Amino acid sequence: MQLRFLLPVTTFAVIAAIMWYALFNLNPAEIPSELVSKPAPEFSLEAIPGFGPALSTADLAKGKVTLLNVFASWCVACIVEHPLLVRLKQENLVDIYGLNYKDKPDAAAKWLTGRGNPYSRTGMDLKGRVGIDFGVYGVPETFVIDGDGKILDKIIGPITEDILENRLRPLLLRAGS
Amino acid sequence: MRLTSIIFLLCSLFLAMSAQALVVDETLDDPVLEARAQEISASIRCLVCQNESILDSDADLAKDLRKIVREHIVAGESNDQVKAFLVARYGDWVLLNPPFKLKTVLLWLGPALIFLFGAIAAFFFVRGRSEGRTVLDIEHLTMEEQAALDQLLADDEDGSARAK
Repeated sequence: MQLRFLLPVTTFAVIAAIMWYALFNLNPAEIPSELVSKPAPEFSLEAIPGFGPALSTADLAKGKVTLLNVFASWCVACIVEHPLLVRLKQENLVDIYGLNYKDKPDAAAKWLTGRGNPYSRTGMDLKGRVGIDFGVYGVPETFVIDGDGKILDKIIGPITEDILENRLRPLLLRAGS
Repeated sequence: MRLTSIIFLLCSLFLAMSAQALVVDETLDDPVLEARAQEISASIRCLVCQNESILDSDADLAKDLRKIVREHIVAGESNDQVKAFLVARYGDWVLLNPPFKLKTVLLWLGPALIFLFGAIAAFFFVRGRSEGRTVLDIEHLTMEEQAALDQLLADDEDGSARAK
């Protein structure tokens, strides 16, 4: 008799708990990256005019941890994270490379002139093919790449203060940039 | 006058529709290859508008991916090879029909398990109820019930005796 009461109540409680967790902690729009812990794909891109040098796979495997930030002048969320990147650049903690995704060269150059350039190197992915090789499906995305060119982490969407302090910085310090 | 403008309006609606249907990318000349490209595209999830296939989606990324699918087919790859190329970049998630493997066991078998659980629960529930009924069978009266019954019968006999 007691089991008959308890069973449905516990079943409901378990389902409710799982759904409650999923509602606030899981983001269905965020697709787990397939490339984490794999080497960065091969590419070689020309720099945004005036914002060189150019960027290729070899630059990602020079013994130092790097950030590869996928951005575009048409991307609204990029405006939000950009000041944070500029600040991170001033800290001199890590080299930030900019992958300019499906943008117009002069629009990108103008955008960087106006907002500051945090990138040590830039690459123009005019057709978006390199982005696809990186599994990019929205801009901005940021890859943390170790000294051997292996992808350590991928941040989907703009880097926030919280992500910078609690996810990015610990990872950079651990990886010894 | 009004009728003609309404007709014009309706016609322009259809015009707009057919125009939208024409916004397709450069298709392949070979109809067999093109059919394969569309078949693959229909099974690939658009990563931007997540419950659409890249064949249905208007997103830029979907267009790029359709183009890639066509390029790979022209290069002579099999359907599975083209899909593997996309899975390597975006994970199993890009397949609208996820493969059956350890990570997706719960996804595939979950509904069956829930059904099984419900069926077992229903079985025990129904059996419990019918068992509860058989307890009421008159052949299995408890001592108190038997005593109460005897009492009632005795009272009844008294009553009918009095009525005579």
